[in-house]
Amino acid sequence: MSAVIELKDVHKSFGQVEVLKGVSLAVERGEAIAVIGRSGSGKSTALRCVNRLETIQSGEINVCGHPVHDPKLDVRKLRLDVGIVFQSYNLFPHLTVEENIMLAPVTVKKLRKAEARALAAQALARVGLAEKAQSYPEQLSGGQQQRVAIARSLAMQPQVMLFDEVTSALDPELTGEVLRVMEDLAKGGMTMLVVTHEMGFARKVADRIVYMHQGRVWEVGDGSMLANPQTPELRAFMAHDL
Amino acid sequence: MKYKFDFGALAEYWPQFVDGALLTLEMTVLSTVSGLVVGTLVAIGRRSENKLLSRLCGAYVETVRNTPFLIQLFFIYFGLASAGLRLPVVVASVIAMVFNVAAYTAEIVRAGMDATPRGQLEAADSLGMSLPQIYWHIILRPALERVYPALTGQYILMMLSTSVTSQISAEELTGIANNIQSNTFRSFETFIVVAGIYLLLTLILKAGFWGLGLALFTRRRRLGTSL
Ligand SMILES: Nc1ncnc2c1ncn2[C@@H]1O[C@H](COP(=O)(O)OP(=O)(O)OP(=O)(O)O)[C@@H](O)[C@H]1O
Ligand SMILES: [Mg+2]
Repeated sequence: MSAVIELKDVHKSFGQVEVLKGVSLAVERGEAIAVIGRSGSGKSTALRCVNRLETIQSGEINVCGHPVHDPKLDVRKLRLDVGIVFQSYNLFPHLTVEENIMLAPVTVKKLRKAEARALAAQALARVGLAEKAQSYPEQLSGGQQQRVAIARSLAMQPQVMLFDEVTSALDPELTGEVLRVMEDLAKGGMTMLVVTHEMGFARKVADRIVYMHQGRVWEVGDGSMLANPQTPELRAFMAHDL
Repeated sequence: MKYKFDFGALAEYWPQFVDGALLTLEMTVLSTVSGLVVGTLVAIGRRSENKLLSRLCGAYVETVRNTPFLIQLFFIYFGLASAGLRLPVVVASVIAMVFNVAAYTAEIVRAGMDATPRGQLEAADSLGMSLPQIYWHIILRPALERVYPALTGQYILMMLSTSVTSQISAEELTGIANNIQSNTFRSFETFIVVAGIYLLLTLILKAGFWGLGLALFTRRRRLGTSL
């Protein structure tokens, strides 16, 4: 078993509403998985369960050897191995770009400032924003802010990266720059779980595509699955999406 | 009505005015710093998931905000004295002021903290930061920046209400003024001078808060925008 992320029959409810109805999925090291599906199908919830932003009712989740379903899990150890980027960037507005990126390495990993600064510079170079280190988030465009958010996660050197519709809040002309960064990451061998509405990205970059429907993994396949859906639900979804 | 002003009668008392003003300022600074620390801790307690702690902090805040400061002062000075703990007047005054202003601080700071976007907390959480780290690095400074005008306004009000402590004979500005006017029988002049000094103290305090704000809120200083 070399799966880095493994979900087994995961059930998750909010109150009376069951949102995940037995989700199973295994992600190998170095794989980039795109998760697609209608609004409300449980994509974000599934992603958030992987790094324990949500707790599940039953089933098993193992991530980099951490039993995420275990109530006694040391959540902060898990978080060291899992990075997540959100639709709404969530940068810390009172800190410069560099400080945003250095914060967790310094406070969580106890790195020296100089080491953290070097790490930040490296991460910023990777997302093409080396010259923005001293800017504040509000001085950046949405696409730039999102790339800083990616750099902030990368600086913690996670094993796995989760992305939740990271381009959905961006103007079309800004999505490209963010998707390119993610494509580079995937090519560099990062294990990635990417919830996205960008079918082009899913087709071109993802090793596998997972179609979620009504709280279940409905169909899994490679890029060709989008052109050749096996289920009527995915067919309808694709027809609607195009 | 004819009244001949005679400020000359007060001239020999100016060192006492200065002492009173300095004591008022010292009490204010001490209570501001302690009140900010205690009030922030109470705000955090009130936001805690621990129901008991949260209720306790809430009860404290409501009690203080719904009783007069003078009663709180008497309670701490005379109440504790009859329980056998005799505090020096100035100590009792400062304790009462901290006890009082911390409750107002807690409510103001809590509002600032509650305005932290949830996503920022999730991001910090996901980066592996602990709750104390999140409070210190993510929540606190922007919260203070958001409520800074309300907060400093509260501390200036508190500075003015130090005058209440003259009721237990604290020799701050108002207490001093009382002594002087009963010695000179020049109450009109005395209170005009005292009012002027309070105004001056307010200006000093405002300037101090302004400078502190500049030092504390780097982003605001550089960009001039609000959070
Ligand atoms: N914190 C919550 N409390 C209650 N219900 C929730 C919560 N979060 C999500 N839900 C519900 O769970 C269902 C799945 O939501 P989820 O956000 O996982 O969907 P999604 O596939 O990510 O959709 P979208 O494409 O719109 O982001 C929705 O019906 C949503 O209303
Ligand atoms: Mg979602």
